[in-house]
Amino acid sequence: MNRPLVEATALSKHFHVGPAGWFGRRIGGAVLRAVDDVSLRIMPGETLGLVGESGCGKSTLGRLLIRLLEASDGHVLFDGADITGLAPKQLRETRRGMQIVFQDPYGALNPRMTVEDIVMEPLVIHGAKPDAAARDKVAAMLERVGLSARAASRFPHEFSGGQRQRIGIARALILRPRFIVCDEAVSALDVSVQAQIVNLLQDLQQEMGLTYLFIAHDLSVVRHISDRVAVMYLGRIVELARKEELYAAPLHPYTQALLAAVPAPHPAGRAARRAARLRVAGDMPSAINPPPGCRFHTRCPHAMAICREVAPPLAETAPGHLAACHLLTKTH
Amino acid sequence: MSLLEIRNLTTAFGTESGQVTAIEDISFGIEPGEILGIVGESGSGKSVTALTVMGLLPRPPAKILSGSVMFDGQDLTKLSERQLQKIRGPGIAMIFQEPMTSLNPVFRIGEQIMETIRAHERLSPRALRDRAVQLLAKVGIPSPERRMDDYPHQLSGGQRQRVMIAIALACNPRLLIADEPTTALDVTIQAQILDLLMDLRDELGMAIMIITHNMGVVAETADRVLVMYAGRIVEQSPVERLFDAPLHPYTRGLLDCVPSLEHDRPRLVAIPGSLPEPARRPSGCRFRPRCAHAAPACAETLPILAERAPAHAAACIRLPEIAAAMAEPA
Repeated sequence: MNRPLVEATALSKHFHVGPAGWFGRRIGGAVLRAVDDVSLRIMPGETLGLVGESGCGKSTLGRLLIRLLEASDGHVLFDGADITGLAPKQLRETRRGMQIVFQDPYGALNPRMTVEDIVMEPLVIHGAKPDAAARDKVAAMLERVGLSARAASRFPHEFSGGQRQRIGIARALILRPRFIVCDEAVSALDVSVQAQIVNLLQDLQQEMGLTYLFIAHDLSVVRHISDRVAVMYLGRIVELARKEELYAAPLHPYTQALLAAVPAPHPAGRAARRAARLRVAGDMPSAINPPPGCRFHTRCPHAMAICREVAPPLAETAPGHLAACHLLTKTH
Repeated sequence: MSLLEIRNLTTAFGTESGQVTAIEDISFGIEPGEILGIVGESGSGKSVTALTVMGLLPRPPAKILSGSVMFDGQDLTKLSERQLQKIRGPGIAMIFQEPMTSLNPVFRIGEQIMETIRAHERLSPRALRDRAVQLLAKVGIPSPERRMDDYPHQLSGGQRQRVMIAIALACNPRLLIADEPTTALDVTIQAQILDLLMDLRDELGMAIMIITHNMGVVAETADRVLVMYAGRIVEQSPVERLFDAPLHPYTRGLLDCVPSLEHDRPRLVAIPGSLPEPARRPSGCRFRPRCAHAAPACAETLPILAERAPAHAAACIRLPEIAAAMAEPA
């Protein structure tokens, strides 16, 4: 069997919230469990989709995997090597292999740098001279992501949202990384442009053998681009499966509710669908003092006594299909 | 008779590079109790349409160049600010995409609801408070009596949008304009808010104009749909017909470029290019540079919205050719 390119074991990120004391020391205060005991593997060349509602911890998890954030607990292996404790110098070398594309193509690009400088910056940081060879590399990459050669000397504000996202992708790819975290990379774009960027990401994956973690809240885009999909709720993964299985036969009540909430693509039969839909009431609770037991029990239509006390483990219910729900372990 | 009837409405903005039109020659009506979906991408003019109806655009820089907005026998474009204030609330109310910026952060939500009622009706303090609590209950806020004293930041995004809807309902409007009401919300919360809007329509019989970029929201809620592109209506149709038999190439493109939740597509059919900026719109058909079916004639005249089937209109001169191309076996 292949070795995973990225592997997280019992990964957690806790933020201390509340007032800071002298010298930044925390006095009491609460703990926000943004990511809590998450383990997952991403295989070379695959796209793992990561979905969940705002505040579920999906972006934090993405950042932990490439060590843009330091984990509070747990380990991340990249290509078999533990990167959790790497010193800054070694980390920089490893970072060549892992990059991120952000959601907001307006905020993620320095408005005072030309497109050429923006895309060249990672090369320079990693020791290349900003010479003609580097400029050629940048020009080739810009062309590859669908921008004209004239784009190089222009500034970000001269571009539309979709084109800016192409610039962000060029910057992420210039170091020839193997792993890309796409953090809501198409969410801010209009649908007609979103399709262009999704197609571009898929083409680049094929050509360059890239591995993606594709974080998004849009379930249909995630289905389209992913091989497997993980569903997060309040800092935990509640279900993970091949996309065909997850969308056709979701096991966790939260996944079921999430899929049922997506508006149907056609108005036919909508009244009947509305009546039959599995609904969840209320909002996701806060990740500060999350509910005990299963974190979804406060909104779950099937909650039982045990759900309020014991957190269900993420267990394999069928080959390659993981879910964390007492309803499923009971019948097994 | 239509509740709202808009005729040939054109709104422009004065900019550094001269006057540019945000919407052009817009005509449509809304019947009592109807849900009309207006769909389009950013810059299509859908929000400007709503704000022009509400009289909420600052003039200048905005200017209504032509057209009328008839509501209740009055042309709203001709009314003074004071007269418009009488229409807003009991006549037409509006909710926005971002409820946090529409609510005043320093006032309790109960006070904000009561303020709206007070502006249009005289009630005793007791009756006023009861009415506000009832409104919060109607929009599905749990323990409304207690929530009256909360500040906006103490509520979740979904609850804030419910409070906005409560404020909008305070004067029993006959038309509710909802501008991207669920865009900032998560999908389970979006479903709750759309359910609420449809329940309110059934219960109160008010008409709703729902503005969105999401075809799914339209499919879920609308009776009739307008599709806007670069400031103009390009297609208008009953909802089922729009999804079964879209006519305009832009509408077809919008439906095709969204991935499906149910089955796989090897590749998305993207619409090339992007929406033109208002000052750089092409001659003739606005969609021409992005259209696979464009012909030289498309550059010469602005296509007009013409009825092709009962209640189904599209603005495209190439429809017969496109229909023929679609009928051909691939």
